[in-house]
Amino acid sequence: MSSRERILGRVRRALADVPRDDTPYERAVARDYLREHGERTVEETVDLLAENLADYRALVHRTDAAGLAGVVAGLLAARGASSVLVPPGLDEDWLASAEVARVADRAESTPHELDRVDSVVTACAVAIAETGTVVLDGSPDQGRRRITLVPDHHICVVRVPDQVVSSVPQALERLDPARPLTWISGPSATSDIELDRVEGVHGPRTLEVVLVG
Amino acid sequence: MSGTFVGMPVFPPPTHPAFPPPTHPAFPAAARNAVRDTTLRGNLRHATHTIRAKRANAVAEVSDWAELREAGKRIKDHTLRHLDRHLEQLEESVTAAGGTVHWAVDADEANRIVTELVKATGESEVVKVKSMATQETGLNEALEAEGIAAYETDLAELIVQLGEDRPSHILVPAIHRNRGEIREIFAREMSEWGRPAPEGLTDAPAELAEAARLHLREKFLRAKVGVSGANFMVAETGTLVVVESEGNGRMCLTLPETLISVVGIEKTVPTWRDLEVFLQTLPRSSTAERMNPYTSMWTGTTDEDGPRNFHLVLLDNGRTDALSDEVGRQALRCIRCSACLNVCPVYERAGGHAYGSVYPGPIGAILSPQLRGTGSEIDASLPYASSLCGACYEVCPVAIDIPEVLVHLRERVAQGGEVTRNGNKVVLKPAKGHAAERAAMRAARWAFARPGALRTGQRLASRTRRLHPRTLPGPGRAWSGTRDLPPVPAEPFRDWWQRTQGGKGAAK
Repeated sequence: MSSRERILGRVRRALADVPRDDTPYERAVARDYLREHGERTVEETVDLLAENLADYRALVHRTDAAGLAGVVAGLLAARGASSVLVPPGLDEDWLASAEVARVADRAESTPHELDRVDSVVTACAVAIAETGTVVLDGSPDQGRRRITLVPDHHICVVRVPDQVVSSVPQALERLDPARPLTWISGPSATSDIELDRVEGVHGPRTLEVVLVG
Repeated sequence: MSGTFVGMPVFPPPTHPAFPPPTHPAFPAAARNAVRDTTLRGNLRHATHTIRAKRANAVAEVSDWAELREAGKRIKDHTLRHLDRHLEQLEESVTAAGGTVHWAVDADEANRIVTELVKATGESEVVKVKSMATQETGLNEALEAEGIAAYETDLAELIVQLGEDRPSHILVPAIHRNRGEIREIFAREMSEWGRPAPEGLTDAPAELAEAARLHLREKFLRAKVGVSGANFMVAETGTLVVVESEGNGRMCLTLPETLISVVGIEKTVPTWRDLEVFLQTLPRSSTAERMNPYTSMWTGTTDEDGPRNFHLVLLDNGRTDALSDEVGRQALRCIRCSACLNVCPVYERAGGHAYGSVYPGPIGAILSPQLRGTGSEIDASLPYASSLCGACYEVCPVAIDIPEVLVHLRERVAQGGEVTRNGNKVVLKPAKGHAAERAAMRAARWAFARPGALRTGQRLASRTRRLHPRTLPGPGRAWSGTRDLPPVPAEPFRDWWQRTQGGKGAAK
């Protein structure tokens, strides 16, 4: 007997007490929890996103479409970045004013090569106001998962209010589980020393979120 | 009402021949040493109290916590009640998405599968993201025996590994270490394993985190094989979810060419939508955050993004035995948030090591004896490692009634009965050490059923009360060693009631 058969057999024997006509899943789980917490206008939702991002030490900037290139260039300059990773589908206008070397997101790049790049600029798939989270789904304007991981400085552009939802349930509705997803809530952190939060371990230690709208 | 004695057993319970017991003393002996360690108690008190207040705030922020908790409980319960179906669906979804699914009946088989997979890559080192399942199977030791180095990359796991220590907490395995001790370990040990700690390292948490970042960076960047667990597996889509803080998880999940995830079968949830419950309750309950810094979700493999090979090892290792216990199976709802540890008065004083398991605290006290059986001294004593105060149940985000399961397991230890071990039904004998309690219970049952005998006995006890010893002789000695015997009144209650017409007559 294979281990698969053995385990499934054990499971079935263990569940001998469960009736065949057990309540179906759809009715067994009451989903009377909230779809979102509190009522907010679109503007207030964006404000909450900014507030919660900042609460977990992300640096939040707000601008409009015309000002975006200037803001991104300013952030890269302030950081002293000399190179920036660029996902293949990133809107070229976003980096129009930046005077840094562009490094393309390529399959052939080794992690060591990525480690030598100063910054990365991406878009996002969705942002969650209640939790201060941006979610990346590997779309062309966000690139491979590793490019937002190895460089120490991540600039993430969120189009507001279109890309902003209030809550986790609303975010999951918008996301495609078939894509590789990375949920980011503030810069890398740890609670491992005396259960107190300290920012900055392995992921980017500086997360800058630019809200454009 | 069951006649189960709910106090700590004072005799070592018998060992069950079928299960080699872990070489660990029973909880009372292990805890006795721990509570004498004032540094340990200080560290635990500081850490658990820090997180308690923060968690309460994070939970209070969501007005529908009770509903989320109930939904989480029901999702997990339903999954467990139909686990065979969900596992088959999960296997199908993961396979369709490009992953390979393996099944491991026990720890040895899981370790063998992983070892062979690593060997097939030709590599001799792996990077690991914190995983309770591989802690449970002792994977690191198994890999080491085959000449494969396994590097723990979670900060707390790194502290434990460098300190040649054992984990003492589910979420923060090095919770028993304070910053000064961590600095010592880093300064002393890092050079043995790779990049040494920076010169002049202080005990500032930010500096310690920086030292870990530098030390592990080279290992991440050259890693070809990653090993992980998972917090959730979605049967419907084949998606695995890892919830973390530091980014070491993302490193292990995306940089290597081969990813091997070892996951307990109970981590399954039926649908994608179910995540909306747990992604709200888990971070708030464990690290007291609205959301943890990083959550990774992947479904099989993705072209040119992340590992090219993905293996999922589904682990039983006692879970189906726990599943066959209708009361005890609720322990499998656990999402490993560790809120029950942080709130437990026994854990706070005894620390995690006393529990002799990778699962310490209240959840460990009900999980370990079910996964491993109650054959060893430590496992038979774990159901007693609690004051039954119920704080654990209160904070549990999936409403596991830990006190209920503790009492249920105590009954099993004391009275024996039918259980499932390694998939087979066996009948446990009552633990020998409880013979005196059982005799006392039998005598009580006899007396309570015979009012005449009870009356005579009570009067006799009252008249002789000056002669009573202050401690019990014989097998009762240990029991009364830490307790006062209740004083016997001068007159039995029923005599007083009759004499005074229920207190209406004389005031006395």
